[in-house]
Amino acid sequence: MTRSKNDIWVGLFVVIGFAAILFLALQSANLLSLSFDSNYKVTAKFDNIGGLKPKAAVKSAGVVVGRIESITFDDKTFQARVTMSMQNKFAFPKDSSLKILTSGLLGEQYIGISAGADDKNLSNGDTVSATQSAIVLEDLISKFLYSKAADNSDGKTDSTASKAK
Amino acid sequence: MMSRMSNFIADIGYAVRGKLAEIGYGAALFTKLFAYGGACLKRFGLVRDQVHFLGNYSLSIIAISGLFVGFVLALQGYYTLQRYGSADALGLLVALSLVRELGPVVTALLFAGRAGTSLTAEIGLMKAGEQLSAMEMMAVDPVKRILAPRFWGGVIAMPMLAAVFSAVGIIGGWAVGVLMIGIDGGSFWSQMQGGVDWWHDVGNGVVKSFVFGLTVTFVALLQGYLAEPTPEGVSRATTRTVVMGSLAVLGLDFILTALMFSI
Repeated sequence: MTRSKNDIWVGLFVVIGFAAILFLALQSANLLSLSFDSNYKVTAKFDNIGGLKPKAAVKSAGVVVGRIESITFDDKTFQARVTMSMQNKFAFPKDSSLKILTSGLLGEQYIGISAGADDKNLSNGDTVSATQSAIVLEDLISKFLYSKAADNSDGKTDSTASKAK
Repeated sequence: MMSRMSNFIADIGYAVRGKLAEIGYGAALFTKLFAYGGACLKRFGLVRDQVHFLGNYSLSIIAISGLFVGFVLALQGYYTLQRYGSADALGLLVALSLVRELGPVVTALLFAGRAGTSLTAEIGLMKAGEQLSAMEMMAVDPVKRILAPRFWGGVIAMPMLAAVFSAVGIIGGWAVGVLMIGIDGGSFWSQMQGGVDWWHDVGNGVVKSFVFGLTVTFVALLQGYLAEPTPEGVSRATTRTVVMGSLAVLGLDFILTALMFSI
């Protein structure tokens, strides 16, 4: 096959096209950092995960240290089983505790991990037992209303009691 | 009265038969173009010239449109997002809309107008000038020699153009969002990188643009090949390429998006 002057232009076009696909994959989807970090997996059980989703962040002191890999339901204990893949470069003590938190008032939910005091660190396949469920707004409101109602009725009984005296 | 009635029914029959024959002809041509894919690899020079003609010459219009679509997306997206106090998510908005939707679709529409029409006019005029018949007389299959290289050239060029469109659009969005409006550049990119999935978003966009490339190029070639060999016939075929190509792209876009949405 003889070379023609079109070769160089077509070659340039194809190179630009692949460069654009690479740009999209690397710069916008951040493919490199996702696949080349080594991870260890940790599971935890929560009574209620609220609006937690797979791929949400696991943060410690606000820094992302891992991501949620999968969320399944355990029908023995009726709890949610959350599997997280933690980055290898961050180690946490075995008795670390997990909390489901929300970033901002309406933001995404994520898991906050606060370090414990154990000498041994979490390793692949470990289960974290100290967990705190997501705060459900409805529960919070009903608790608030009940306590208000209880306060009010207490106040009334007090006032009637004082009058009786 | 009876004869008028039967004439009317015969008209319907004639129209339906004509349409069916056209669809069958199109399907036969489509399979033939696929079957000649191997033959095109053997004489890749023909395909290369078509990639040059369809791809390189469309590159400037695609890149400039992508840039301006990115500019406008950033401005309009900022207008909406800042009402909810989440202007930091602008990068994500621009990237997702471009990669998933606007990149493939707008590129396909521009490609139909820029490259599809020229294909139709070229083939139609070849037919009007009886060049295609002359080839057949020389025992050269015009589908193999003329249509197939153009088809595969278009199919190769289209995903590249769509990727260039999206990439340039994201840079345009960055220019307006970060340089002009003054959103933090770090959160622009990190929100984008946190939210764009390389397969579900970027990969599906590439699949879409590949399907649109098949569609637009095929419609253009079929219209040229079926064109009446007269000046009006070629001009009508060129118009039909744009109309049918664009409608096919938009319809297929809905179907593909619905399919990818459910997966």
